[in-house]
Amino acid sequence: MKNEFIIEVNHVSKQFEDGKYALDDVSLQVKKGEFVTILGPSGCGKTTLLRCIAGFQVASSGDILLKGEDVTKTPPYRRPVNTVFQKYALFPHLNVFNNVAFGLKLKKEAPDVIKKKVRRALKMANMTGYEERKVDTLSGGQQQRVAIARAIVNEPEVLLLDEPLSALDLKMRHDMQIELKELHEKLGITFIYVTHDQEEALTLSDRVVVMNEGRIKQIGTPTDIYNEPQNCFVADFIGESNILSGRMIRDKRVEFIGQQFDCIDTGFGEDVPVDVVIRPEDIYLWKVQGDNVLSDKGPDAASQADLDKEDRVPKGKFTKWYGTVQSCIFKGVHYEMRVLTPDGFEFLIQDYHEFLPGTEVGMLVKPEDIQIVKKEHYLYNYFEGEVTKNGKVRFIDAEWEVTEQQLAGFEPGERVQVRVPFRNIDLQDYEEEGTLSGEVHFILYKGNHYHLTIRTDEGHDLYVDTNDVWDDGDRVGIVIKPEDILIGKLPND
Amino acid sequence: MSKILQIASSRRTWAWPYVLFMLLFVVLPLLLVGVYAFTDIEGHFTLRNFAKFFTHSEAIQTFLYSLMIAVFNTAICLLIGYPAAYFMAAEDFKTPKVMAMLFILPMWINFLLRTVATVELFNIFGLPLGEGALLFGLCYDYLPFMIYPIYNTLQKMDTSLVEAAQDLGANRWVCFWKVIVPLSMPGVYSGIVMVFMPTVSTFAIAELLTHNNIKLFGSLIQDYITTTDLLNYGAVLSLVLLIIIGLTSFFGDNSSETEKGGMI
Repeated sequence: MKNEFIIEVNHVSKQFEDGKYALDDVSLQVKKGEFVTILGPSGCGKTTLLRCIAGFQVASSGDILLKGEDVTKTPPYRRPVNTVFQKYALFPHLNVFNNVAFGLKLKKEAPDVIKKKVRRALKMANMTGYEERKVDTLSGGQQQRVAIARAIVNEPEVLLLDEPLSALDLKMRHDMQIELKELHEKLGITFIYVTHDQEEALTLSDRVVVMNEGRIKQIGTPTDIYNEPQNCFVADFIGESNILSGRMIRDKRVEFIGQQFDCIDTGFGEDVPVDVVIRPEDIYLWKVQGDNVLSDKGPDAASQADLDKEDRVPKGKFTKWYGTVQSCIFKGVHYEMRVLTPDGFEFLIQDYHEFLPGTEVGMLVKPEDIQIVKKEHYLYNYFEGEVTKNGKVRFIDAEWEVTEQQLAGFEPGERVQVRVPFRNIDLQDYEEEGTLSGEVHFILYKGNHYHLTIRTDEGHDLYVDTNDVWDDGDRVGIVIKPEDILIGKLPND
Repeated sequence: MSKILQIASSRRTWAWPYVLFMLLFVVLPLLLVGVYAFTDIEGHFTLRNFAKFFTHSEAIQTFLYSLMIAVFNTAICLLIGYPAAYFMAAEDFKTPKVMAMLFILPMWINFLLRTVATVELFNIFGLPLGEGALLFGLCYDYLPFMIYPIYNTLQKMDTSLVEAAQDLGANRWVCFWKVIVPLSMPGVYSGIVMVFMPTVSTFAIAELLTHNNIKLFGSLIQDYITTTDLLNYGAVLSLVLLIIIGLTSFFGDNSSETEKGGMI
């Protein structure tokens, strides 16, 4: 076979009329028979990508190949794919049989062939015996089964599923997940499945495509995505994690929370800022005694003896750190603890044992469970700005007062580079108190502070480090003190 | 005291004025029509009025002619109204509100004034009044009643149904006939009923737009009712019309899906 990929999405972008990108240079290859899930929060472009593959939307640029054939502009009715819609989209004026037979009748197949195929499809979807029922007398799960039968009866090469289970209740969703997985194995065709439910994605798929803001953040097997997130977004979005700012000292050696740890990652360079991701279930906990545990001197010999008694905790030269349990919640299989270190770093830890609030504990993590992630931005917001005629500096669509000293050496009208430290952007509850207003767009908890992405009303992104608690979507006023604005020459000029 | 309050606050109590109104102005007149239809001028029971209708060829012809005019008008309104509603409901149609406004604008003035104005328009352009003018006037008056119910059902239709049809291999044409048209039928039914019923009993428009040359069933009833000694016969004609209208509304009401259509 010349081409092993059944679907190729090459550098596809989709720009809407308002200029916003729903898809931004997305590339994806899908092998025949694969079960690929596109996962992401709402508005990340996952549905748009699926609709581009189905043909309901036409990509603004890039191309889409089905079986090696360019279908970028092919109308949906000429593509060898079928879709299962989020809200089923069954035809209310037709009964179950005629809904399923819709596609076959259009292909002018013989009535007895249609009958046979419809029966087989309904059997596959566990809906035998419902042929004559009106669709609005069926439950949500039954309607979705009919919708699946209606799609697979046409024997498509690719089945596209747009959040097919999101309207069902939890129990039904779990049953349908298993049925879908079985169906995929029986049919052997390619499934492309869109969902915002990470559990669904991890359970069902051969490969997961994590998307955010119109871009693919990571493609990998469910275990890769979970164990080796490539960036903070994936680490934060999939499962729970402790994300901390750190520094790669050299290969296999990283520093965070003021201590050095062995790890297994290489190739980041020396003395490079990174983010460190540790899953809550990867941190080992044990109880320590002695009042001086949390003092500057660190734990005493007695606490080492405590550790030696614990069989659960791996032995070896691991870096350890200490803290006090703040809260403990029983989660069914495990307990979930929040542990605070004397330096103010908070850790989320899951353990089969209960550690009551107030307990002083030691913590360690194995080197292979420390996941190092490249920092996407570090310390400063960088903007391109312009010195205005009236002695101000203009960037992110606003003019900012600065002193003459700050502008020394720059002419009015000159383009400059503006830096604002993450720490020095002040957010106000009331929009009108800020020079600019915007919205909290993304929140990352970094153990001892929040790293926020603020999107201004003009569409610029600002990164802010703060100890204040904000919620996703909060409206804020943005204040930057003039003395915190650093003005310099544009690079490469 | 509390009992009075209880009665006053009950919803049922508030319905009474309306019930009274309907008894007086809907039920009573209907009963009167029935009573007059079955009595002679002295008030004795008789079926002669009905016998007269079935042998009165002018009445029957006028009746059939009115039905035909109403059917024609309904058909024309549907042919013009459906595409209009379809384009207004289309997703990429930018100004449905302006269109809707333009269609509804003539309805701000009384239809008699509008009809008189139409007569003047015909005079200005030197067009002859008659059957053509009558159909034009009827269509002009009743088109919005066809467009609105259809527009409403089309607009509320789940676009994913259209996508599902395309996904299953239907091109635009097939999709239109196999999905959009069947699903818009509730709107079409209420449109038909809302246009057909008033046109079958219309008379003022006919009088004005044909210079009284064409007599519709409505005019005929009016003639008899206003002539005192033929009042009972007029009642029979009214009753016949009422039954026909009743039948058409049943035709539109046979499916529970009408609730998805309707005017609003």
